[in-house]
Amino acid sequence: MSETKPKRLALIASQGTLDWAYPPFILASTAAAMDMEVGIFFTFYGLTLLQKDLSAKVAPQTNPAMPMKMPFGPQGFQNISWPIPNVIAGNVPGFETMATSLMKKTFANKGVASIEELRDICVEMGVKLIGCQMTMDVFGFTKDQFIDGVDLGGAATFLEFAADSDISLFV
Amino acid sequence: MNDQAYDQELDCKGMNCPLPILKTKKQIDTMGSGEVLKMIATDPGSINDMTSWTKRTGNELLSHSQDGGDYVFFIKKT
Repeated sequence: MSETKPKRLALIASQGTLDWAYPPFILASTAAAMDMEVGIFFTFYGLTLLQKDLSAKVAPQTNPAMPMKMPFGPQGFQNISWPIPNVIAGNVPGFETMATSLMKKTFANKGVASIEELRDICVEMGVKLIGCQMTMDVFGFTKDQFIDGVDLGGAATFLEFAADSDISLFV
Repeated sequence: MNDQAYDQELDCKGMNCPLPILKTKKQIDTMGSGEVLKMIATDPGSINDMTSWTKRTGNELLSHSQDGGDYVFFIKKT
């Protein structure tokens, strides 16, 4: 309902891998579409999600429960969850790149938006994007590496926004 | 099977969460008050999602029905 005061969602995005990039951007874009005020604080590895050149990858060796699926071939073949030992997932050169492209392909096949697409929608809908200044300094990022419209700030900047929120989540 | 009148139509077939919601929101924003949008999706989650979305945004979900693998929604903009 368009009451006097809209609901507010405050998110912290702390992870920068492809799989963990989805929850904040899905929740933020959907909340904005539900007429909520939304802000995301991008901190630590999450800060990389604000880069113009998004290069988020998925690391299967750190996700033991992750089903490895093939995005091509007959349905029966696509449904197989391939058991990949960590010794391969963690040591074979290029494994992460391969797993990333398989995940992207599977997502696209299933009609899931790309991270870039969801992020663009967030920007278009006026989601407040706050980049963590401390993380920038620590990892050596400069503001021109980020997309336009990013506010920079620290814990206090986020907490001021979150203090008046109805939903607050750490991702 | 649906004789509901509508002003605009939106095809969200093949799209997965949250795209049908995001596209619907974008389309509804371009419409006038009282106009009806027909939205077709194939995502089974869209039934609950559209119900929640209309409840939250104050738009009216006139009806939803299933036609094979298609879910058909009629939404009236308030």
